[in-house]
Amino acid sequence: MRQLFSFTGGVKPASHKIESNRGVVIVAPLPNVLVVPLRQNAGLPSRPLVQAGDKVLKGQTIAGPGGSISVAIHAPTSGTVRGIETHAIPHPSGLLAPCVVIEADGEDRWIDRKPIDPYALPADELRARLRDAGVVGLGGAAFPSFVKTQHGPTQRIDTLIVNGAECEPFITCDDLLMRTQAGQILEGAAVLAHIAGAQRVVVGIEDNKPEAVAAMTAAAGKRSGLPVEVIAVPTRYPAGGEKQLIRVLTGIEVPFGKLPPDYGVQCFNVATAYATARALLHGEPMISRLVTVTGNVERPGNFEVRIGMPIADLVALAGPKADTDRNLMGGPMMGFALPTLDAPVVKATNCILAASKALFPPPGPEMPCIRCGACARACPMDLQPFEMYWFSRAKILGKAQEYHLFDCIECGCCAYVCPSRIPLVDYYRFAKSEIRAREKEKDAADVARLRYEFRLEREERDKQEKAAKLAAKAAETKARLAEAGDADDKKAMIAAAVARTQEQKAEENPSAE
Amino acid sequence: MPSNSPFLRQPASVQSVMLKVLVALLPGIAMYVWFFGWAVLIQISLASVTALAAEAAMLAARRKPVRHFLTDGSALVTAWLIALSLPSIVPWWLTVLAVLIAIVVAKHLYGGLGQNPFNPAMVAFAAMIVAYPQFMSQWPAAGATDLATQINAIFGQRQLDAMVMATPLDTLRTALHTSGLNATVESVLANKTTYGFLGGKGWELVALGYLIGGLWLVQQRVITWQIPAAFIVAFGGIAGLTHLIDSAQFAGAGFHLFSGGAMLGAFFIATDPVSASTTPRGKLIYAAGIALIDWVIRVYGAYPDGIAFSTLLMNICVPLIDKSTQPPVFGHKEKRP
Amino acid sequence: MLEALLVMALGSVILGGALGYASVKFRVEGDPLVEKIDAILPQTQCGQCGFPGCKPYAEAIARGEADINCCPPGGEDGIHKLADLLGREFKPLSGEHGIEKPKSIAVIDEQTCIGCTLCIQACPVDAIVGAAKQMHTVIASQCTGCELCLAPCPVNCIAMVPIPETIDNWKWKYPVFDVRKAA
Ligand code: SF4
Ligand code: SF4
Ligand code: SF4
Ligand code: SF4
Repeated sequence: MRQLFSFTGGVKPASHKIESNRGVVIVAPLPNVLVVPLRQNAGLPSRPLVQAGDKVLKGQTIAGPGGSISVAIHAPTSGTVRGIETHAIPHPSGLLAPCVVIEADGEDRWIDRKPIDPYALPADELRARLRDAGVVGLGGAAFPSFVKTQHGPTQRIDTLIVNGAECEPFITCDDLLMRTQAGQILEGAAVLAHIAGAQRVVVGIEDNKPEAVAAMTAAAGKRSGLPVEVIAVPTRYPAGGEKQLIRVLTGIEVPFGKLPPDYGVQCFNVATAYATARALLHGEPMISRLVTVTGNVERPGNFEVRIGMPIADLVALAGPKADTDRNLMGGPMMGFALPTLDAPVVKATNCILAASKALFPPPGPEMPCIRCGACARACPMDLQPFEMYWFSRAKILGKAQEYHLFDCIECGCCAYVCPSRIPLVDYYRFAKSEIRAREKEKDAADVARLRYEFRLEREERDKQEKAAKLAAKAAETKARLAEAGDADDKKAMIAAAVARTQEQKAEENPSAE
Repeated sequence: MPSNSPFLRQPASVQSVMLKVLVALLPGIAMYVWFFGWAVLIQISLASVTALAAEAAMLAARRKPVRHFLTDGSALVTAWLIALSLPSIVPWWLTVLAVLIAIVVAKHLYGGLGQNPFNPAMVAFAAMIVAYPQFMSQWPAAGATDLATQINAIFGQRQLDAMVMATPLDTLRTALHTSGLNATVESVLANKTTYGFLGGKGWELVALGYLIGGLWLVQQRVITWQIPAAFIVAFGGIAGLTHLIDSAQFAGAGFHLFSGGAMLGAFFIATDPVSASTTPRGKLIYAAGIALIDWVIRVYGAYPDGIAFSTLLMNICVPLIDKSTQPPVFGHKEKRP
Repeated sequence: MLEALLVMALGSVILGGALGYASVKFRVEGDPLVEKIDAILPQTQCGQCGFPGCKPYAEAIARGEADINCCPPGGEDGIHKLADLLGREFKPLSGEHGIEKPKSIAVIDEQTCIGCTLCIQACPVDAIVGAAKQMHTVIASQCTGCELCLAPCPVNCIAMVPIPETIDNWKWKYPVFDVRKAA
């Protein structure tokens, strides 16, 4: 039995998992129009490869990776590309972004799917395939998975951690996936371990999901070769945070600024492992995912949804109740309120949570911080949230950074416990994005300074070159003067010079003649 | 519903925190009433009314939402602490004045709830002991619980001789400091009618009441264990140690901890979150500092008890303590920031 | 009374110690001051401050010849930073040098541009490309928005366009702290 560790802090909100945990996957019907945003992964957005009018097949690549940290995007069904339009995407800003809009033809015809034997191919080739299959982290961050399987020369990946903790209240899609697809998840995890060069796989599942633990343990028992351990970890939010799960399972703390491979581990979500198996072992790129729809709806449940399905249609399947005042994407601790339900389901959509006043009562009026330290005791990153809050609120951003603002994982534990009901995380998000923006500005200013200095130098050089030319001429004249020696010659020289200047003047200004 | 995550909130509030503090004071108050009569309740009501009125006036003057802040209970906690640390038979105007100083000066002039660097109750107490030392040393005698006399003492003519008594701390100090008396701790404390078993007749049970309430606060996670623990260990440690070295001159740990404001200080005053240190190690240093300074004042100083001065002194040091005791952040444990 | 005096004395000793400690620990290195000032200035190089570029303005500030509130592109934020660095009082932007505007970049109307190269010569950061008699273009990522190219253009084909908010430059807003509303 593996020795478990624990992280400080954390909270235990009511889990609300039973509502949506009906044990079956409901396949959402194919929508008529799918809106596939080009920005679906952390890193750079994808580069579109199709135009209006193109016919596409289900699984066909419609956008390629737009940089080194970027993946491909695929048509979720067969149909015709209506165009690349700016459309609402699920983002807290509510801003529009370019999306490939596809009108489904209803045939849902696949491309030619080519399963491969991953163990016969080199790791680089497999990474390229993962990228081209559009596999990203499905736990919410949507970071390109192929990048996470790489490691630098000073790094290594011995232990591959599969994250099935699913610590956020309300969400059950990973639970259901583990119950129904345990074998495939482990296949995918084994492939990821193979690519990353890991020697063992450890699956961490919060112990409030006994069925999932049982299913995964059974599936692990059926496997041979790579050692796979399935571990039930104590239920405490945010046990499913990457850093926290690594800590619980291995005792390693990965600080801000370091990556898990610096410590020999890497962490993938169960759904990511599953998507990897689909992509490589079945040739099916990432075009659908499981989404929990729960909260203030009649029939909460888990839906298999194509990427690009309008969230409004998805919520409609679960029967939204009338008093829903808004919908969240993600869980109640770290999700965000969707500015519009026009936005489509994307790869990062793990949960749509219909909220109402009854479900999430207004927290009561905000009070000043009384420095009670409840937030510090709840913080899983061992931060001093009230200090960061104080400086973020006063916009003394440097100080906030000194108190390790960027170590904050925005888990929300601090705001959850705060008796003064201060929206602490709002302040951290504000301070972080302000700092990032300023750093960008600063970089731009540095570039501008360099370019300006370069220009000044160039002008200076030009000037000097001109001066040098003049000086050379003067020296020449002097030398000739010296050669001539006597006064007569000098006079003659001067006369000649005067004549030359006049000549020049005449040349320059012919109209004066 | 909050506009951004987390959308879930624990149903905690400043109000409930303050309410729990008030509840935790009840056992101590009950003991107080039992041994020293109803006067303390009169003082508490007086202080509460004054505090709420002053708070409301200050909030209105500072253009803050009055009802919103008035109901947070913080003014009541301050009021109760003042009423419990002043002698229960001080004249009414002294209590009122103390509360006004606490609320108006120490709290609101510093920016209100959460902004005051000094513990308001202790600022008031310190001001009173400096300004009116004569009233501040007149404590009711244990058992002198006659209501009429007490009311008379508070509101009317002060005919005190029969009911007044210096606190055990005071008598002990006076006895020890008076040269030629050749008193030893033992000989002084032998008088059980004054000194009870630990820290003075009656007072030791009041302290026990505070201890019980305080432990409940720890259990309720309203306060953390560090401050009371460090306070008691440091106070008990220095008292016990000096008692071992010279038992004639220094009273023991039990006497010190169960007399005067030690228990009230350990669980209710030093733990005032706004003015206390906030880091775990900082809390230890902070509370130990209060305890040690208090001990020094008790043994060598001119006042019988120094909890107010020692708390204020350590309040000054809080920013420095906090700054230098920042706990290591997740993943940065090797090197302390 | 002795007690009170003692308390006061001890308090001031501790405070004094704290201040001393703070002044040692947080001392501002005074030497490459011009560099530090220049690092705060936005490098727009627009000359609105009355100096030919940010560096000369930085030098003037360092010599004490210029005030800290003359740079409109740097805005209040920049003035705050300068005030912090130099240990001076913050003062609002002096109106005579211009006002803080939303960050913009120059865009050349390529239909109208006659390729005179005048704007190229004006641009302090070489953000405009194009050869004589050919249409010119602003490299958006390098334009600092200094507006120096506007005046020289003989056909007025350069316009300043505010940078729109996109998902890339979107920022979380400052949380509203309004107790009254909440209550
Ligand atoms: S929990 Fe809230 S009131 Fe308490 S210290 Fe943290 S921010 Fe302040
Ligand atoms: S949101 Fe940040 S500061 Fe708050 S508890 Fe989580 S990690 Fe700590
Ligand atoms: S006004 Fe223009 S030139 Fe002067 S410092 Fe500011 S950005 Fe630089
Ligand atoms: S393009 Fe115009 S506005 Fe932009 S930096 Fe150059 S001169 Fe300034």
